[in-house]
Amino acid sequence: MKIPSSTRRNFTAGLLGSTSFWMYGGHKVWADALQSEGALAYKPQYFNHEEWQFINAACARIFPADAHGPDGALLGAPEFIDRQMDTPYGHGQLWYMSGPFRAGAPNLGYQLPLPPRDLYRQAIAAANMYVRDHHQGQVFAQLAAPEQIAVLKAFEQGKMMLGDVPAHAFFEQLRQNTLEGVFSDPLYGGNKGLAGWTLLGFPGARADFMDWVNQKGAPYPFGPVSMSGETA
Amino acid sequence: MCAKKVDAIVIGAGWAGSILAKELTEAGLSVVMLERGDERATAVEGDYPSSIDELRGAIRHRLFQNLSQSTVTIRNTLDQEALPYRRLAAFLPGEGVGGAGLHWSGVHFRVAPDDLALRTNVVARYGKNFIPEGMNLQDYGVTYEELEPFFDKAEKVFGTSGEPYTINGKIAGNGNRFAPDRSDAFPLPAMGEVYSASLFRSAASNVGYHPYALPAANASAQYTNPYGVQMGPCNFCGYCSGYDCYMYSKASPNVNILPALRQDPKFTLITKAHVLKVNLDADKKKATGVSYLDLRTRQQVELDADLVIISAFQFHNVHLMLLSGIGQPYDPKQNTGTVGRNFVYQTITTSRAWLSPKQYTNLFVGAGGAGVAIDDFNSMNFDHGPLGFVGGSPVWVNQAGVKPIAAAIGGPGGKAPTWGEGYKDAMVDTYRHSLTIDAHGSNMAYRDVYLDLDPTYNNAYGQPLLRMTFNWKDNDIRMNQYVVGKIEPIIKAMGATKYSLGMLKDGEVFDTRRYQTTHLGGGAVMGTDPKTSCINRYLQSWDVSNVFVIGASAFPQGMGYNPTGMVAALAYWAAYHIRTTYLKNPGPMVQA
Ligand SMILES: Cc1cc2nc3c(=O)[nH]c(=O)nc-3n(C[C@H](O)[C@H](O)[C@H](O)COP(=O)(O)OP(=O)(O)OC[C@H]3O[C@@H](n4cnc5c(N)ncnc54)[C@H](O)[C@@H]3O)c2cc1C
Ligand code: SF4
Repeated sequence: MKIPSSTRRNFTAGLLGSTSFWMYGGHKVWADALQSEGALAYKPQYFNHEEWQFINAACARIFPADAHGPDGALLGAPEFIDRQMDTPYGHGQLWYMSGPFRAGAPNLGYQLPLPPRDLYRQAIAAANMYVRDHHQGQVFAQLAAPEQIAVLKAFEQGKMMLGDVPAHAFFEQLRQNTLEGVFSDPLYGGNKGLAGWTLLGFPGARADFMDWVNQKGAPYPFGPVSMSGETA
Repeated sequence: MCAKKVDAIVIGAGWAGSILAKELTEAGLSVVMLERGDERATAVEGDYPSSIDELRGAIRHRLFQNLSQSTVTIRNTLDQEALPYRRLAAFLPGEGVGGAGLHWSGVHFRVAPDDLALRTNVVARYGKNFIPEGMNLQDYGVTYEELEPFFDKAEKVFGTSGEPYTINGKIAGNGNRFAPDRSDAFPLPAMGEVYSASLFRSAASNVGYHPYALPAANASAQYTNPYGVQMGPCNFCGYCSGYDCYMYSKASPNVNILPALRQDPKFTLITKAHVLKVNLDADKKKATGVSYLDLRTRQQVELDADLVIISAFQFHNVHLMLLSGIGQPYDPKQNTGTVGRNFVYQTITTSRAWLSPKQYTNLFVGAGGAGVAIDDFNSMNFDHGPLGFVGGSPVWVNQAGVKPIAAAIGGPGGKAPTWGEGYKDAMVDTYRHSLTIDAHGSNMAYRDVYLDLDPTYNNAYGQPLLRMTFNWKDNDIRMNQYVVGKIEPIIKAMGATKYSLGMLKDGEVFDTRRYQTTHLGGGAVMGTDPKTSCINRYLQSWDVSNVFVIGASAFPQGMGYNPTGMVAALAYWAAYHIRTTYLKNPGPMVQA
């Protein structure tokens, strides 16, 4: 992605200060750049239209836009999640998936027979059904942001089931995958413009701090680099 | 099926297996090492930049055991039904050449000598009644003086960085004053200290504790080990725990032993070879070899040998013994048998301190083994009399390199939100301006905490999974709470703006969903009494004398220190006695 040079300067300034770069002027330029070449152009390969709308809305609520920068949807988390669905992870090939499947105490961990891709498919359909029941036939993506937040909180904290999936298990899946998308290497479709890493001050693939082992509390001065050499 | 015969078979290509294979080929034996995972070489897996990819690495567990083929089941109590550990979380076993030794962190301890004879010491100091009902407190049957040469050897092979306290009885440095005497210096000077660790050092010292540099198997400088293999200087890249080191700076079997071993024509490494069981003769007194599944062809292969080394990692060792019928399985109700008895773990809790917005902790800078610790509350270094518990914890800042996905999923800590409004603000503050302090402590053995075969679940090859029956107990919870209480003054002395103390809660149950450590122990413990140990003090099976079982499975209780230094020393100790005694006259080295 091409970032206007004025934004680059602001970014460096932000890293050196205690507030992130986004507080400085010019961030609108970046948001526009993200909008025009980033997240919205992607065509989902796994999720259907309704699921895609749901994921986009949820990513934006879990990782919201604020003074620090754009939301998780704009940073490509939905694209990341969609692409993950067709990996060994998405297919559940990294997990022990032999039966019998029995419910147990939560501290004994995940016990559903569903790999992530099936979990999303079931739970999103059930989640939209739940929202239709409570919001005059609207689906999650059609709700206003405060209502979406309330629904996600209900999933996070409630004891309800979404199909075979406990709502809190679905919420945690969504939360984790959104954050993975925002903070993984842009190779995987998220963290557009390295904005996730810039937010935290994480330098990405630099991975050489020979001269920076102990700077007595000073911030590390260099911005992030991706594995492919992209800089912010 | 092809029948072949070699002198020795080594099961598993991790630290324990590689050490035994090296020693046995040096002794002139033909050795086949069987590893169920893939071939792994640092030149490939550690290739920059693909090696430093957090998603593929620590998040999707690139170098870890793939649970789809085999896992364990877990329950907390005897009356519960155990359920499979379906997703990696609480502990992260390795797979492939190097085992967990390829993706470990590198904190490289010796042992607290008191821990080797913990039962004897506790009874001598506090009396027999001090030991709680149901706790199986035991001695190792070996002393620090006997093991010292092997700790020294392991450090030289690993290229360990550290600062000594005494060498041959004389003060030689500003190292850990609770550490036992050494016969030689560390091969490399201590690692540099990141900002967080240096703050901890001065604060701990101001409070009156005795901080020291963690001994690290991360090379503080260029190094050539006794096998002639080279390590480069660690650059604190921060992709340490969970990754293959692209700098050749973190000790691993792959970097520190296998390059020398692979050149020996008497040595053969077979990968994708999953050992199903050790084969025994009719009266179960001698092993004849092993049966393994060639995962490439799906053929079962029988391989015969005079000597079998089980070094497949702590709980895999116990699993293989149970599947093979070596020794008598432990029964917690009757309190009979030894295989699976004294299964232990470690307690670990993390506290966090936030500094002023002007202080950047740069959490991404770090090395897996580097840091500053105190031992004032470890082992028997303090008076347990008025406290009424057994055990202790080192406390440390061990900034191993915090990457953003793990940090973001873990959340900002304290009472801050884990998503949505306010999350980013709090996350930025935590990531830029906080540091963590761990209490990394012991865990004792109990009569109703053990390993056996699961009655319901199988692995991909039709064998029963190993079942863990494990829970936290009052003794260890109180120990953890006591030691964490000692962290508070350090945090205050650091000038933290706020802090949160992490500790085990009263009655807390073991949670398989949260990463703790991969420092599991026991289940095939060493000792002097065959009624309470599986293997003798040379790590030789009491029941099948040509089988040696090497790993943290030998620990009678979980110690405060990280296990690998002790595992490596025990491996060299066992190998020495195999070479000098056993091979001359094969048979039991200790009469039962
Ligand atoms: C993230 C992480 C960080 C760690 N950090 C530290 C640290 O800082 N300090 C420390 O002291 N320890 C640390 N450890 C623990 C350390 O990795 C282990 O103690 C050590 O690797 C154990 O060595 P091992 O040889 O017993 O087992 P491993 O290294 O695990 O090797 C066992 C090998 O046997 C193979 N195997 C298993 N079953 C079979 C079978 N049936 N057939 C064929 N092969 C089989 C496995 O695939 C594996 O490759 C860490 C572990 C992890 C996961
Ligand atoms: S921190 Fe050092 S030892 Fe660890 S992986 Fe990086 S360079 Fe290697």
